[in-house]
Amino acid sequence: MADSFEFELVSPERLLLSEKVTEVVIPATLGEMTVMAKHAPTMTTIKPGVVTVKLASGGVKKYVVFGGFADILPTGCTLLAESAVPQEEANRDLFQRRIDALRQDISDAPTDEHRTRLEHMLGDLTHLNHAMPHE
Amino acid sequence: MPSLKDLKNRIASVKATQKITKAMKMVAAAKLRRAQEAAEAARPYAERMNRVLASLSAANAENAEAPLLLKGTGRNQTHLLIVATGERGLAGGFNSSIIRLARDHALKLIAEGKTVKILTVGRKGNDILRRTFRENIVDYVTFREVKQLGFVNANDVAQKVLALFNAGEFDVATLFFARFQSVISQIATAQQIIPAKFEQGAQAGSADALYEYEPSEQEILEDLLPRNIAVQIFRALLENNASFYGAQMSAMDNATRNAGEMINKLTLSYNRQRQAQITKELIEIISGAEAL
Repeated sequence: MADSFEFELVSPERLLLSEKVTEVVIPATLGEMTVMAKHAPTMTTIKPGVVTVKLASGGVKKYVVFGGFADILPTGCTLLAESAVPQEEANRDLFQRRIDALRQDISDAPTDEHRTRLEHMLGDLTHLNHAMPHE
Repeated sequence: MPSLKDLKNRIASVKATQKITKAMKMVAAAKLRRAQEAAEAARPYAERMNRVLASLSAANAENAEAPLLLKGTGRNQTHLLIVATGERGLAGGFNSSIIRLARDHALKLIAEGKTVKILTVGRKGNDILRRTFRENIVDYVTFREVKQLGFVNANDVAQKVLALFNAGEFDVATLFFARFQSVISQIATAQQIIPAKFEQGAQAGSADALYEYEPSEQEILEDLLPRNIAVQIFRALLENNASFYGAQMSAMDNATRNAGEMINKLTLSYNRQRQAQITKELIEIISGAEAL
């Protein structure tokens, strides 16, 4: 049995989850990473993707996040998401709205650097949209 | 001396007013509860954001290449005042206390020879500030159509502010809003958001830990600082919202009480006059009977 640690998923509007977990998969900007107890202190930004949480009490929860960052300590992990929804609530409409908004932002982007960043995000988002098990 | 009929009409109209203020008070109380809950729910994010940024910025304060949002442009010439007020009135001194604070600040800066730019959030502040600072208002955001204040709304404001900053339109940004203390007390507050300032003591034990950064520390800071602006604005808007309903609730409570007092006074003089009239009529009848 793996050790458990505190995991918190927070969006600006509310605290979505605060529980003991054994394992969390985070879509970090430089690639997915799995966080377990006693992880080295790390801070990373995240890209749009799915966060998979394995609860210490058993069971798995999945959340779709749209960017943000994670603060990882040996004793716990805090994920500050710009926006997060449980995977069951994420549907095509939501993605389409996001993608449209992002396209708009790209055409309004003031600098090339900014535009490149947004385009990266759009790529991630589109990819995620196709990968989702839409019913 | 108003006639009996006049008095009766006035009592009826004050009663109608009282009913309205009473209803508004109830509505404000219900909305206040929701606004408070929203402010409560947003607190964890803001706190953690602050903790992380405090430790990051402490480590980067000496760094010459720190992002401009953190160390500032190095100048102190142009100030942006972001004034957040309510969309409506009838909330006691809520709007005017925020506006007074912002106006005093603006006048002080102008007297010092600084350039002042104003971004108003909320219709009330815009209407009033436009009278004195027509030339200084650079942008105006209203949440008239917004039912539930979300992070998206705050982000819109933040994007405007950041676009202005990146275009070099200002050096220092200050946010004006009312901090929610309790239902009867809301404190108009000025908070500097650019260059960023962090509450001391927010550095928890995590500050000592040796972090690995992915991507680099610099990049994370550059990603977080703009986001922090949005978070600060969001928090201010939520506090403002709660303050607004708190102020409205106590204002309407006062109004209801005043209306009650007025009704009592009017009823008293109405009854007196009615009594006087009856007495007068009796005297007339009796003296008429005696004359026969």
